[in-house]
Amino acid sequence: MTSLAARIETLGDRILAVIDTMGEFFLLGVQTLRAMFRGHFPVRETLVQFYSIVVRSTVIVTLTALFTGMVLALQTVVSLTRFGAKPYTGSFVGLAFVLELGPVLTALMVSGRVGAGITAEIGSMAVTEQVDAIRAMGADPVQKLVLPRVLSLTFGLPMLTMLAYILGIFGGALIAQQYGITGNFYLQTVINVVTIPDVFESLSKTIVFGWMIATIGCYLGMRTTGGTVGVGQATTTAVVTGSIGVLVSDFFLTKFLMLV
Amino acid sequence: MSESTERLPAIPDPNCFLELEDLHKSFGGTPVLSGVNMRVPKGKVTTILGGSGSGKSVMLKHMIGLLRPDSGRVIVEGRDVTKLREREWIEVRKRFGYVFQAAALFDSLTVFENIAYPLREHFDQTKAELAHRVEGCLESVGLAGVGAKMPAELSGGMRKRVGVARAIAMRPQAILYDEPTTGLDPANSRRIGQLIRQLQKELSVTSVVVTHEPELCLAVSDHVVVLERGQLSIDAPVDEFRVSNAPAVREFLGALYAPTAEAAASSDPAEPGEARDPTDRREERHGG
Repeated sequence: MTSLAARIETLGDRILAVIDTMGEFFLLGVQTLRAMFRGHFPVRETLVQFYSIVVRSTVIVTLTALFTGMVLALQTVVSLTRFGAKPYTGSFVGLAFVLELGPVLTALMVSGRVGAGITAEIGSMAVTEQVDAIRAMGADPVQKLVLPRVLSLTFGLPMLTMLAYILGIFGGALIAQQYGITGNFYLQTVINVVTIPDVFESLSKTIVFGWMIATIGCYLGMRTTGGTVGVGQATTTAVVTGSIGVLVSDFFLTKFLMLV
Repeated sequence: MSESTERLPAIPDPNCFLELEDLHKSFGGTPVLSGVNMRVPKGKVTTILGGSGSGKSVMLKHMIGLLRPDSGRVIVEGRDVTKLREREWIEVRKRFGYVFQAAALFDSLTVFENIAYPLREHFDQTKAELAHRVEGCLESVGLAGVGAKMPAELSGGMRKRVGVARAIAMRPQAILYDEPTTGLDPANSRRIGQLIRQLQKELSVTSVVVTHEPELCLAVSDHVVVLERGQLSIDAPVDEFRVSNAPAVREFLGALYAPTAEAAASSDPAEPGEARDPTDRREERHGG
């Protein structure tokens, strides 16, 4: 009986801890929104972060999209040939890339590179009292550290995703040509099936992904304690949480957008 | 006439810059501060002495709102600031400079940018004015000309002095020093001690120094408090502290302990509050 009570108590504590964390996370979201309209907007820091987060992610996104597009086209063209449906290769690759692979793969790659980087950087600042130093000097760490990163990634991820569309479809075209599908025909089949609402729906998901990855990274960084070990743990948590967050929210966002 | 039950607000003491009143703070159920009462006199150097993990830095962080107490009050120049919101603390914090234990310089910014940070945040000024002010701060700490360096290029002592330069950039009314000499060699410790006294004299600032080093305490303090088991066990002017018979004083001062005023005077030729080389004391200790 006592054991049962203890288990229930432990379960209750865990549920409360999860609610507490969720509350703090969304509070940080609200504070970030408020910070946008208070005091001096950190223009310089936002540009620096945009370069660091978005511009420097182009290489990894380029490689991922190009090779995924190529392998997808390779598998598709071979499979569809069995059914005599080889001409549909472009349609298949285009739809797959615009609807799912583009936004999700880009978000996962960025979550690994940028989400971890944000947590490591802010976490290191937290454990060396640099975050406290910002507060001690009468400045707001949310405005100085969180806002530039959240804005950069929220608006930068859709841009990276558009890059991924182009390169993924281009990679597919390179392979399709080797199997007798001309570039023009391939491109025409892509345009025939991918609609503007498809692109809009996909990009709107990446706005949510970008906001979520950056806010998770900042949140975990700001609450890092325990020296270098703590920074390492927080960074790992950021990558795992960010990636799972992208995959889970992708399903619900897709479902929601289909209903709208 | 019946006696009023309403509590009258206390009349602010013009000689008191900051007051902690019955301050309690726990972390994860472990009490760190258990009813601390302390007054920081205006324009003087007050030292908080205590062992590692005694809660000295926690006390200091409460003074500037970096930590919030579980109960008790923090009063700055007669105003209760305990329950201010984070945005409201900003105005209060402008009156303070805070020197962090490991300097807490921003790694990604140059020394110049570090010192200019609070100035850019709170003032609109031309580049020339900013450069003049920053260079003035660097000169005050004896580091003129290092503005272009990155913090990683500096020694530990230089980093601490840049931390002090950043703390005085806003021309604060009070400077809080968190373990300013920890990890420094004797020469740099002495330099920091001299700097604390120099700034107190030149800028007439109120200073609070957290340390566990008795040499620094005796060299810079006007007033000393000792924190033990979450409470202040000693609260005295430095001259009284020096000759106190309390066990805590003997324990902290060790070989520097002088049981009578005469002995204190003979063992310490430096004027009260005048920085001296801690190595001198070590030599005395070794010499018997």
